[in-house]
Amino acid sequence: MSTSYPTTWRRPPQLIKSARLRYAIQFAIALYLAVAIGTLEVDWARVAAGLERGGRFAAGFLQPDFVSRWGDISRGLVESLTMTLTSTVVGVLLSVPVGIGAASNIAPAPIYFVCRSIIAVSRALQEIIIAIFLVAMFGFGPFAGFLTLSFATIGFLAKLLADDIEEIEPGQVEAVRSTGASWWQMVNYSVQPQVMPRLIGLSLYRLDINFRESAVIGIVGAGGIGATLNTAIDRYEYDSAGAILLLIIAIVMVAEYGSSYLRKFLQ
Amino acid sequence: MTTTDTYSAVWQRRTPRKRLLIWTGWVALVALFVWCWQLMTENTIWAFVTDAPRQAADIGARMWPLEWGYLPELMGPLWDTINIATLGTIGGVIMAVPVAFLAARNTTPSATILRPIALFIIVASRSINSLIWALLLVAIIGPGLLAGIVAIALRSIGFVGKLLYEAIEETDRRQIEAVRATGAGGLQVLSYGIVPQIMPAFWGISVFRWDINIRESTILGLVGAGGIGLKLNASINTLSWDEVAVILLLILGTVVVSEWVSAKLRRAII
Repeated sequence: MSTSYPTTWRRPPQLIKSARLRYAIQFAIALYLAVAIGTLEVDWARVAAGLERGGRFAAGFLQPDFVSRWGDISRGLVESLTMTLTSTVVGVLLSVPVGIGAASNIAPAPIYFVCRSIIAVSRALQEIIIAIFLVAMFGFGPFAGFLTLSFATIGFLAKLLADDIEEIEPGQVEAVRSTGASWWQMVNYSVQPQVMPRLIGLSLYRLDINFRESAVIGIVGAGGIGATLNTAIDRYEYDSAGAILLLIIAIVMVAEYGSSYLRKFLQ
Repeated sequence: MTTTDTYSAVWQRRTPRKRLLIWTGWVALVALFVWCWQLMTENTIWAFVTDAPRQAADIGARMWPLEWGYLPELMGPLWDTINIATLGTIGGVIMAVPVAFLAARNTTPSATILRPIALFIIVASRSINSLIWALLLVAIIGPGLLAGIVAIALRSIGFVGKLLYEAIEETDRRQIEAVRATGAGGLQVLSYGIVPQIMPAFWGISVFRWDINIRESTILGLVGAGGIGLKLNASINTLSWDEVAVILLLILGTVVVSEWVSAKLRRAII
């Protein structure tokens, strides 16, 4: 006499084992969605009217017009690219001392706290919000954008550099120190060779990010291709806007592949 | 019999040739920097730049005292902002899943046609910032929450799609093989062989993107896509810096809370 086995098999739940909790979470999500969608105020007539405009935009994207606004586009691109390079260079130069200061294994405690708070402030504020303030202080144009991106670079690069320095091999530091090296010689001969490849890689990555951001901060008046794009959309010139977007995508792709190739080559 | 060459008394890490190359590289970088700097600052009005400390002090003075009475009025827009981020993330994830399966080398139905298209979708979505998406969508479907939600969703496709397709490519082949050996069809292999393996990564990526989206949705209002950014824009345009300061503090608080929630959730999942 054989026992009867079930002929079908149900996959056991994967994340939340308790059935009651699972149902409660599902119910809560459904409730939230109902409330959230309920408070959406969508003007469907406006959306329907806009779809025709969307079609025109799609057409503009497929037949981009590089020529008629080329003067504005090239000026915006030059501003964006120069802003990207200068801000990355200055940002890296500033973030190296901040990063060294924020590494707990080679910096004294007071400097560590100062540097970590600089990093925290720079990371908590978004580029666009910093850009609003800097435009209000320094006036319109790429100089405000340059300052914004430099400041944002500090938060990104100094944090990763500091985390990297904290994870270096202590044996090499010990060895250099035991030869009677001073603090500067210790940093130069034992820390720097260990973190340099990664620092170069991160700088190239940040160059890539800074270009993307430079396309955005123009919307609040900090110069660059974003300002040109904003103008093109305000004028309903979708073919020029399409051209600008295609240029942005192309440059980002080139920067991404270029920087990943360079990083592989350097490491 | 030859004798060895004389050795330098000072230790040098690199050969002279390598040192020369590195120095040339640095000089080229400095030259490029100077050239770019001159191009960039051609039209800069230095009077405004030297005036900046006074401006900063002025803005700082006008922020004080903070306009706390403005806070209740901000709760509605804050709810909208959270909805933009959450609904946008859900929409983005729903669109990103098929793209990720098309882009992963081991699940794509056609490596020559569909995979490059999926990869292009991912790159295009990633290279255009959500604020630019919002700018376009506000022009197309009109100002409001919907433009913000769609902008966040379109921007999330690239991020979620890229991380998810990498997770799919890293799945264990043996488990898939075992499910296939029982005679399972394509969809069954997907559901019993691949999905369980990428589930933790999927939830981790989604929650992480939600956290980023909260951050990004706070500023979408600057171009008219709804949420707390609308209030920020209005306050900046009327130069009421005391209200701006309150809004910024609220945004900062929201971002910190969402980061905490996302870190907790991800730790629980992974």
